[in-house]
Parts: sequence; C-alpha cells; structure tokens
Amino acid sequence: MALTKILLQLAGGMWVSIQIFIVTLVFSLPLGLLVSFGRMSKNPVIRAIVKFYISVMRGTPLMLQLMVVYFGPYYLLGIKVGNGYRLWAAFIGFVINYAAYFAEIYRSGIQSMPVGQYEAAKLLGYTKPQTFFRIIFPQVVKRILPSVTNEVITLVKDTSLAFSISVLEMFAVAKALASSQTSLIPFVAAGLFYYVFNLIVAVGMEYIEKRMNYYQ
Amino acid sequence: MYLLEMNHVKKAFDGQGVLRDISLSVKEGEIVSIIGPSGSGKSTLLRCATMLEEMDGGELNYLGEKAAWNGPDGKAIYAKGEKRKEIQKNYGLVFQNFHLFPHMTVLKNITDAPIHVQKRDKEEVYSEAMELLKKMGLEDKAEAYPCQLSGGQCQRVAIARALALNPRILFFDEPTSALDPELTGEVLKVIKSLADMHITMVIVTHEMAFAKDISDRIIFMADGVIVEEGTPEEVFSSSNERTQSFLGRYGEG
Ligand SMILES: Nc1ncnc2c1ncn2[C@@H]1O[C@H](COP(=O)(O)OP(=O)(O)OP(=O)(O)O)[C@@H](O)[C@H]1O
Ligand SMILES: [Mg+2]
Repeated sequence: MALTKILLQLAGGMWVSIQIFIVTLVFSLPLGLLVSFGRMSKNPVIRAIVKFYISVMRGTPLMLQLMVVYFGPYYLLGIKVGNGYRLWAAFIGFVINYAAYFAEIYRSGIQSMPVGQYEAAKLLGYTKPQTFFRIIFPQVVKRILPSVTNEVITLVKDTSLAFSISVLEMFAVAKALASSQTSLIPFVAAGLFYYVFNLIVAVGMEYIEKRMNYYQ
Repeated sequence: MYLLEMNHVKKAFDGQGVLRDISLSVKEGEIVSIIGPSGSGKSTLLRCATMLEEMDGGELNYLGEKAAWNGPDGKAIYAKGEKRKEIQKNYGLVFQNFHLFPHMTVLKNITDAPIHVQKRDKEEVYSEAMELLKKMGLEDKAEAYPCQLSGGQCQRVAIARALALNPRILFFDEPTSALDPELTGEVLKVIKSLADMHITMVIVTHEMAFAKDISDRIIFMADGVIVEEGTPEEVFSSSNERTQSFLGRYGEG
C-alpha cells in the first residue's frame, strides 16, 4: 500500500479522535457544572446520589465504562444497537466520565471563593443566579484553568480508549495498518499525531490563561 | 420616623451571647459612630442591621417597614421575597476589606449593580459613576482593575460602588483598619465629604479623633451591650469607668 493511502486512512482515524475530543469538551464542561451544583446541593439525597456517581466515574477505568455504555443496552435491556452506535457510545461514555472530573474541579474552584464576594453581591442586591454568573463564575474560571488544562491534555490521550469498543479512531486505525503492512510507520504517525495535537492544545490553553491575566 | 430602628437585638454564636439586647435608632441625616474594644460585637451589629447575619431575637425596621420582628416563640422572623428586597434597597455597607470584584474594572464595579440589578439606563449610570469617581479623586482610574490600586483607592471605589445605588443609609465597618496609616486620611476625607452631603451613616471605627469630629452621636459598646451613648462631647468627657479606660487606651485619638 502506498504511503499516501496509509496516511489517508490515518487521517480518517484522526478525524474520529478529534470528534471525540470536541464532543467531550463541548458537553462535559457544562454538564460538569451542573453536576457540581448537585454535589453541593442542600438536598442530602441529591448530594449523595451525585457523590456516588462521581466516585464511580473516577474510581473505575474509563475503558470499562465505555464497554458498559456500548454493551449495556443489549445485555441489560435487550435493545439491538447497530454499528453506528459505537461512536455514540464513545461520546456518551467520555462525556459522563469527564463531567465527573470537571464537576470536582468546579466544586473546588467555587468553594475556594472568599465569602466576602457573596456578601458584597448580596448587599448590592444581586439575585443568586446573577451573583453566580456575574461575580463568582468568571473568577472560578480563572482559578480552575490550570486543572482544566491538565484534564484536557489527558483527554487527548484518552480518546485512544475508544479503541476498546472498536471505534475506528486514530489508534485503532494505526494498529490495524501496522499489522496489515507489518510496518511501524503507522505507529510513528499516530504518536506524532497525539504529540502535535497536545502541543496545539497546550498552546491554546496557554493563550486562554494569558487572556485571563487581565487581573491578578 | 426613624430611618433605622433596631430593638432588643440578640445574637449568639455557639451559645456565646455576642449581642445582648441592643437597641439603636438612627434618624435621617444622622451620623452615628460605634466604638468599642475588639470582640465587643460591633461588626455583628452591622451584619445584623444589613441582614448578612440573622439575629436570634429582636426587631429591625427601616423607615417603619418591618424587616424582622419577634415571632410568638420570641425568635426573629424575617421579611421575605419582594418585601425583603425593597427593604434592602435602603442601605449599603462598606467592608473593612473592600470586597471589590477583582475581575471588573473600577467603572464596572460601580456600574454593574445599577445596570443589572436596578435596571437603570446605562448612559445615565455611567455618567453618574464618573461623577462619583471624580468626587473620590479617582476619575483617572475608571479603567483600572482593583489589583492595580492602593488600599485607600480600593476603599474609595467601594464607597462609590455603595453610593451608586443611592442608599438612604450607609454602614461602614472599620473602613480604614486594613489601610496603611498614610492612606487612612484620604478615605476619612471622603467619608467626611459624604457627611457634608448629609448622607446618613453608621460608622464602626477605631479612629477616635475622626469619630469625635464627624459624629452627631457616639455609641460605646462593650461585651455585646451599649455601655454609653451621647454626643461626642458627652462620651469623650464621660465619667463612666469603662468608657474612660477604653478611651484612655486610645488617647484622645
Ligand atoms: N460567624 C461567627 N461565628 C462564631 N463566632 C463569631 C462569628 N462572628 C463573630 N463571632 C464572635 O463574636 C464576637 C464579636 O465579634 P465582632 O466581630 O462583632 O466584634 P467586633 O466588635 O467587630 O471586633 P473588632 O473590633 O475586632 O472588629 C467575637 O468574640 C467573635 O469571635
Ligand atoms: Mg469588627
């Protein structure tokens, strides 16, 4: 097989990896905020449920969670899922897993806010949602950015776990090509891809962190 | 009618009585200073007056409107919802540590609440805010962030922020205690200028000379009770032993 053909196939896998990456971030970041509210809820039942969910997501391998999401509908409910469900299962698995991690990051950020900010807002008449979105959240974002960056970089590498439910992302394609061509080139290309992807992510996050430096 | 009325206010933390039956009334235009040793409950009193802290028992009225009253079991009941919001519009509080919003410019710190809470016209709010900044001597700092200001400048911004909502009464909790001595003067000068505008103020302070100079009335608190109150002359020439020993420690300021 010609090198261009190998690269073309790899590019297909690359695109799937990037899709998983983007979908995970777009949905798990807001979902994580919602989960963190549940984790800090005044209602002890909600709090306990959310706490359990977070501990399961963080305490079991993501690969296992992906399998449960993928095989669960059939094994548990007898629902036949088509081949097209693979990628969806990956999306769902990644989103609910990362939402749990982000929720804990949000929570630590929100709880680190000095009570004086809430009191000042209250005196000025801000409603609770206004206080959160105008005063607390913008400051929380700045505080948690380094932890979020760590998670995002981990996510780039984690996308390869979708391989476990046979999603043809970068890693799966590279592995298949490597064995059919008995060549290391696909692996080298895959490694290069993850490395460059992370480099771009790091530069992007650094840029955002710089933009957040408008105040100390 | 009194602007602020607090009757038989009681507040305890962990069974420890911090406010023990305090009554205090303030008329429109009056300037009242509260002095007293550390731990006597001055901050707690202001926090109860501004509903940051809920008192255990007692009454709180603004312009005759009931913010809190005693229920049948002697525990304070608070006004809720719209009523409470209406009452809260009457007052502002300036904190010892400013509590400015660090992610907003000076101008935004001042204008954000009038625009988004009071829903007032933007242009009008901005021009009023610039007026306020001019009064505070900070017109060149409108676009600065709080972290770029000195403590004295921050406190003046905090005062402007409170004033921008046009409260009828302004509470100050040791507005100069977090400042270096050389910055204290500029803040006191601003507060003095508010006095000249006849803004009603209740000021907790350790600046005795300032309290004596600015106040219509001085309240001396110790151990959760009002030991003595009166005009500055009366309090500063008091024969009460506790008042004397407290004032003695501060000299005459
Ligand atoms: N949230 C709280 N929980 C427990 N105890 C508190 C709380 N707030 C105040 N206290 C206690 O209440 C007492 C009075 O405190 P307060 O801050 O009102 O005194 P103060 O007169 O303002 O003193 P200072 O001059 O040092 O500011 C103190 O003994 C303090 O430890
Ligand atoms: Mg105090």
